[in-house]
Amino acid sequence: MRMDTSDETLAREAAGGDAAAFSALVTRHYDRLFRLCFRLTGVRTEAEDLCQDICAALPAKVRAFRGEARFTTWLWRVAVNAANDRRRRAATRARTADGWGDVEDARRAEAAEAAAAMDWLARAMRALPDELRDTVALVMDEMTHAEAGEILGVSEGTVSWRMSEVKKRLRAMKEAVDG
Amino acid sequence: MAEELDDLKRAFEAATPAPDEARKRENIALAQKNFADLQGSRDAARLTVRKGRMSRLLDGVKPMFHALSTKGALTVTTAIVAVGLLVILPKDAMKLPVGGDVLTQSEGAAPPAVEQPKVADDASGGATGATSSIVAAESLAEMSPAPVPVAPSADALSRQRSEDLATQAPAAEESEAFADGDMAAPAPSVAMREKRLVAPGDGMIVLPESDTEAFANAETSPLKVTAEEPVSTFSIDVDTASYAVVRSSLMVGAMPPREAVRVEEMVNYFPYAYPAPEGDDPFRPTVTVMDTPWNPGTQLVHIGIQGTLLPVADRPPLNLVFLIDTSGSMQDANKLPLLKQSFRLMLSELRPEDEVSIVTYAGSAGQVLEPTRAAERSTILAALDRLEAGGSTAGQEGLQQAYAVAEGMAGDGEVTRVILATDGDFNVGLSDPEALKDFIEEKREAGTYLSVLGFGRGNLDDATMQALAQNGNGTAAYIDTLSEARKVLVDQLTGALFPIANDVKIQVEFNPAEIAEYRLIGYETRALNREDFNNDRVDAGDIGAGHTVTALYEVTPVGSEAVRNGPLRYGEAAAVSDGSDELGFFKLRYKRPGEAQSTLIEEPILAGQGEVSDDARFSVAIAGFGQLLRGGEYLGSWGWGDAIALANGARGADPYGYRAEAVTLMRLAETMDR
Repeated sequence: MRMDTSDETLAREAAGGDAAAFSALVTRHYDRLFRLCFRLTGVRTEAEDLCQDICAALPAKVRAFRGEARFTTWLWRVAVNAANDRRRRAATRARTADGWGDVEDARRAEAAEAAAAMDWLARAMRALPDELRDTVALVMDEMTHAEAGEILGVSEGTVSWRMSEVKKRLRAMKEAVDG
Repeated sequence: MAEELDDLKRAFEAATPAPDEARKRENIALAQKNFADLQGSRDAARLTVRKGRMSRLLDGVKPMFHALSTKGALTVTTAIVAVGLLVILPKDAMKLPVGGDVLTQSEGAAPPAVEQPKVADDASGGATGATSSIVAAESLAEMSPAPVPVAPSADALSRQRSEDLATQAPAAEESEAFADGDMAAPAPSVAMREKRLVAPGDGMIVLPESDTEAFANAETSPLKVTAEEPVSTFSIDVDTASYAVVRSSLMVGAMPPREAVRVEEMVNYFPYAYPAPEGDDPFRPTVTVMDTPWNPGTQLVHIGIQGTLLPVADRPPLNLVFLIDTSGSMQDANKLPLLKQSFRLMLSELRPEDEVSIVTYAGSAGQVLEPTRAAERSTILAALDRLEAGGSTAGQEGLQQAYAVAEGMAGDGEVTRVILATDGDFNVGLSDPEALKDFIEEKREAGTYLSVLGFGRGNLDDATMQALAQNGNGTAAYIDTLSEARKVLVDQLTGALFPIANDVKIQVEFNPAEIAEYRLIGYETRALNREDFNNDRVDAGDIGAGHTVTALYEVTPVGSEAVRNGPLRYGEAAAVSDGSDELGFFKLRYKRPGEAQSTLIEEPILAGQGEVSDDARFSVAIAGFGQLLRGGEYLGSWGWGDAIALANGARGADPYGYRAEAVTLMRLAETMDR
């Protein structure tokens, strides 16, 4: 029905109260949003819950969408902020283990062949501080450094620097394993 | 990409699961329900929603949910649409229809201010209905630019307050940040603005600030074929609001909405030093023909109009009535507090015999300050300090009182002006927009002009601002920083407040023997009919003392490979050259203030006419910048880098740093526009 309408048009219509436009938008982007949430949290259940937070809050948020950025850019920014909020809340509840730490959960949840890769991934991601992890999650989602920077509210240069930092750390980790 | 990252990427691809269908449906349904709740059409959306971790027990019955695919969900939402439309249409109807040459592009009306408490109640009811939504509401209050209905605890409220206080100082410093060309600036600005938007209400409830910005604009002026339509007519425009809106968007790290970009207002934002008028002419037009930077096959006809500068000492006494919006939405740091600061700046520029009065409107209109001579500075400042925001907006009532005060102040040989300062809210108390327009027009005829100063973003009603200022022979300016306030109220005080020519119209007739096609760059909302040019009853823009106005035509010479429209097989034969090498003929009409008869200025436009100054080149760079922001339809491969290079090469003296700032904005836009 509205598959040809652009995200930005739909978002503006949704901001104006068009429920069909809003539904079409959420349906269109849910899968990609979930993938990003997974990359941000590292655990499937966490990702589903994060998606729920975002979905619950999105109707109120979309009213503030002004079309100043691309809708996806705006949505990813909402997602990254929501992920940070979840982490903050988790921290205040004195739960030190964050998503990537729950490797055991993940192992049980994922298929066997994924588990090995997952293990390495989990260790790699756990080793990274939050801001590097968010940056990686975005760049791995086929985003340019400029786009990731816009979403994270930092300059393109900062994203590039963070990615080289990530590379450095991964290399160090690999050498530790190999050596 | 390095090997390590490739590994990481492959691991990601392998590890990332598909979203769980059941959770997906639930989450989408939750979003839809919350959306419907927010719109106040909750009864219509009877979607049962399970939340929380318990629902994941249902993962085992996945196949069942597969059957109920998203297609089913979409059908359900179609029912919501119908209800949603019923709710929204009346609100749209409440928007002020603007007449004449202004086209409203409503982005969809959000509920008007008066209905907000109801919406908040509904929404918070909906949000607290489910455990997980409380979490969501919490997170919103912390991080979001969105309108969030939350009833904060006492300490949350005080935190909000302190955040508000904390953001006041940065608001005033914003201009300094970008003067340095600090590319990292947008990030903190975003945070600041988001915090500002969540402002404490009348003590207990944080009301959502709806985003109801409406911009006045029209489709980009199309390319015209000279043989078919040789005459182009428009009204001049000295407003600058669009540039400030563009800047405030770019400074918070977002591209401005296309409809917010009016190229002519961006070009006219900058002061240019075109040749000054001689004798007692109020202004002087200068026509220059130059190469088009973005198209080698076309030329630009640059029309620069310089208004005469009144020596400040000679200016007539001023009577200013400030009509200040003190509705609840004005309490943000970038609105009323900024207005107060701006006002203080302006006060120092007034002469002792000038008179100032303040009228507020907020639910009921009131005169806060009797007409007071500018010499009594402390009285004026004390009245200013007493201003507080609160209540709903009733624009019209206040307007009538302001005009009544202004008429009481008017004396022979004095200039009387009402200056309306608002965040653009005219939703309450506006019974008949046409009557309001007529009212302002009538007062204009009687000699009292109206200027509009816009503050804050969020529900800035640009279209209404434009319409009111145009009908009141005034300028509309958007004030987002203290330095902008200085530019509008101090540096250009004489121009903004002393009209030297009214109803200035420009008509250019192109010679079809020389020019195949032409297009006017910008001025979309200022187009006039051909016959309006000679009709002195048709209103048009005004020029203030010292103002400059720039208009640009891109023209395609006959025989150029850049001609876009091929000849017609059955059309008229090409016009026979009359031996003249004129590209066209420039005509300008204006009225001196208080006169009903217009005066005509005319001159031919010749190939290679005039000398291309830095001012002309800079104005072209800005015109290119504006067109890029609008999508760059006619610019080909000419891009940000070219605009920056052109602007940098034509900065000239730039005593106030406006041009340097423009280059910074171009760089920001370049990084955002991929």
